Amino acid sequence: MTVHPILAALRRHKVAVLLIVLQIALTLAIVANALFIIGQHIQRMERPTGADEKDLIWVLQQWPGLSGGDDVATLEKIDALQRTDLEILRHLPDVQDAAASTSIPILSGFSGGHITLNPNQQGLSVHAAYYFGDQRLRHTLGLHLIAGRDFDASEIRHGRAKADSPAIIVSKPVADALFPNGNALGQTVYQDGSPATIVGIVERLQTPKWADSNWAYNSVLEPFRDDDRWSGYVVRARPGRVQAAIREARKALLAVNPMRLMPEPSAGVHAFSEIRARAYRQDRGMVLLMSVISAILLCVTAAGIVGLTSFWVGQRTRQIGVRRALGARKVDILRYFQLENLLIAGGGAVVGALFAVGLNEWLMTHVEMTRLPLSCVALGVLVMLTLGQAAVLVPAQRASNVPPVVATRSV
Amino acid sequence: MFGYHLALAVRSLRRSPGLTALMMLTIGFGVAASMTMYSVVRGLSADPIPWKSSQLFVPQVDMWGPGDRGPGGEPPVAMDYADAMALMRQHRATRQSAIYAISPSAMPTGTSRNRSPIMLDGYAVYGEFFPMLDVRFPYGHGWSAQDDAAPSPVIVISDKLNQQVFGGGNSVGKTIELDDHDYRVVGVIHDWNPQPVFYDTINPGYGGRGPEVFVPFQQAIAVNMVNASWDGCKKGTSDPNADFVRLRQSDCVWISYMVELDDAAAVQRYRQYLDDYASEQQKTGRFDWAPNNRLRDVPTFLDYRQVVPGNIRVSLLVALGLLIVCLVNTMGLLLAKFLRRSGEIGIRRALGASRTAIHAQFLIEAGVIGVGGGVLGLLFTIVGVLCIGQVLPAADAELAHLDTPLLMLTLLTAVIATLLAGMYPTFRAARVPPAWHLKAQ
Repeated sequence: MTVHPILAALRRHKVAVLLIVLQIALTLAIVANALFIIGQHIQRMERPTGADEKDLIWVLQQWPGLSGGDDVATLEKIDALQRTDLEILRHLPDVQDAAASTSIPILSGFSGGHITLNPNQQGLSVHAAYYFGDQRLRHTLGLHLIAGRDFDASEIRHGRAKADSPAIIVSKPVADALFPNGNALGQTVYQDGSPATIVGIVERLQTPKWADSNWAYNSVLEPFRDDDRWSGYVVRARPGRVQAAIREARKALLAVNPMRLMPEPSAGVHAFSEIRARAYRQDRGMVLLMSVISAILLCVTAAGIVGLTSFWVGQRTRQIGVRRALGARKVDILRYFQLENLLIAGGGAVVGALFAVGLNEWLMTHVEMTRLPLSCVALGVLVMLTLGQAAVLVPAQRASNVPPVVATRSV
Repeated sequence: MFGYHLALAVRSLRRSPGLTALMMLTIGFGVAASMTMYSVVRGLSADPIPWKSSQLFVPQVDMWGPGDRGPGGEPPVAMDYADAMALMRQHRATRQSAIYAISPSAMPTGTSRNRSPIMLDGYAVYGEFFPMLDVRFPYGHGWSAQDDAAPSPVIVISDKLNQQVFGGGNSVGKTIELDDHDYRVVGVIHDWNPQPVFYDTINPGYGGRGPEVFVPFQQAIAVNMVNASWDGCKKGTSDPNADFVRLRQSDCVWISYMVELDDAAAVQRYRQYLDDYASEQQKTGRFDWAPNNRLRDVPTFLDYRQVVPGNIRVSLLVALGLLIVCLVNTMGLLLAKFLRRSGEIGIRRALGASRTAIHAQFLIEAGVIGVGGGVLGLLFTIVGVLCIGQVLPAADAELAHLDTPLLMLTLLTAVIATLLAGMYPTFRAARVPPAWHLKAQ
């Protein structure tokens, strides 16, 4: 099948061909970038936190009326209240374990700082988030300890949280950043200037931040129970008993002290799965939006191809009749239109690939976005070619059904 | 003549209902997607205080030095305690206020209806805050400079809190208990929640219930009302966290600052003052870098802080891309549709119709499709704006609202876009040579 007659025929409809090529190119550019954005959001939503999220519950509540002073009496009062709460939570029938913590992964307030190898904060400095909690925190969260040990009860101090504990547990990225040859255990590092020994390393613990960053998995567990009017507890329910545990916990905590405040939606008693869903709601929304717009774009382009090809079939009915009369089979006519569409879609795809890269460059400068991988562009090209072929099938079928006798008619 | 063209147009469109429907749907979708995203962006970029925003400024002083600057050498967006208090003391602008976020709780009192403690959102401000930002008081007023200095345990509450605690009415003079301290109500404000929250320079975002209480700044400091928002500390120093006393002594930033400057001369003088202040700090050794201050008015500041989130800007772009593709599609389909009727055009031209008449005919046809697409676009836009809360964060989606200008713009965009798309096909149709198509084919 020669290409030359097809090109000659197309040359007579230059503008229409240009319009289709433009349409395919723009659609490819937008769909390629949209698919990439969707992929990125999905990737973010699937990030593991490192904690065993099934059966995990986060309790956040506030004792009103306690001021921000740091007189010892107030702090001791708060500490006693916290210890009471923890005892009550641990003894609930559907609860396996409970621990004090200032934060949970993905979505809570936290404080952070820098870990350095020397006390005067020069040279290598690793940014990390601090989880202030007690000795049960690692176990309750279900973090995988790959080296060292947990804190024991005697190491836990309490008061106003400050990152000056002598012993810390760090996440693996922190350990690897500070000691690339892997001997982080037992070493002394400096947290914002205060010395600390690394007594344990957990494989993975995500920081309490939702946004992406290059330190999203840099976390440090501090053996310190923070006595603040806001206090948080991580609770692990017995397998499969999360809802029951949530109900019991809420009831028990309010029974002990009805003067707590648990303003929704950030405070209260929530299953971690709910928190994860809330944290990634925006990502789900973007995935939906981009998917809908991509689907509409593809439908519109397909409709355009169908419409224009039908028009050309209508215009060339006589020529098709002549060809059939001269011996072309139905399948030859079909192939002709398919090849014509392939050429147009191919041209559009090439231009579209350039547009896609260009659009990506533009987005990178104006919005936070990373470079479009070539696989996305290639996938987009494949999609457009397939779409074109699928769209041209119906008009091409109609063309191939033109009977040869049309050649003999004069109108 | 117009009626004749219109009748012909409608008849022709009715002859190919599928194609007509397709074109109208395409335009409808394209316009609706763009208009929905535009309504969100319009809501997000709206000036929260348009009558005064060019007179309100956010000063930024560099108290951390070259190692801690943001991209472009930017100093921190908030102030630390020492510098905020120095600026307030020296009082160089027409009005100014240091601001920080508090979240006290109102304790149940004998007179209140509600028996469990209510957690509140509020700000600790200076008395000039209220006239500076034109906050309206149905009852009472703000407090005076003497109350700021004393500091007096006075409080301004929102209408909603007034209803909740006192059942409404003029509660000036009544007492409210906040975190174990009594405060005397001096004013009640209308529910005031400008979006974005521009006076909170640390967190100028959207959402929130709006401030329910305002307390004098020094009063909040005196009773240790902790900072309820975030604080930022210099790299390498440890964050005092909830230790409010240490926070005040540190150079961590946690205080928003806003000034009112009435004209360009005042702005110039204040800019000079900030530089003089920083030079003075340099001389005393507290800063050892050259002055690196900023003074932006509220719209510029909000722009700098990129209050319109990135993913919404991307969505607007993609929606506009959809509109452009829909228009190119319509142009192609119109071209096909018009040229298919070359025989009819040939006959009309032979019977004496001028090129202008053919132009008018097809432009009107494009216009009819535009109107049809516009009506569909209107319906889809209404659905879109109502449902946008499903895909975007609630705080952003709430700001998108339907109003007559938006709907008119939708219709206008659809008609004008379709007419533009129809220009080339019309031009081609009018150029059809009559003799060629009159021949028996």
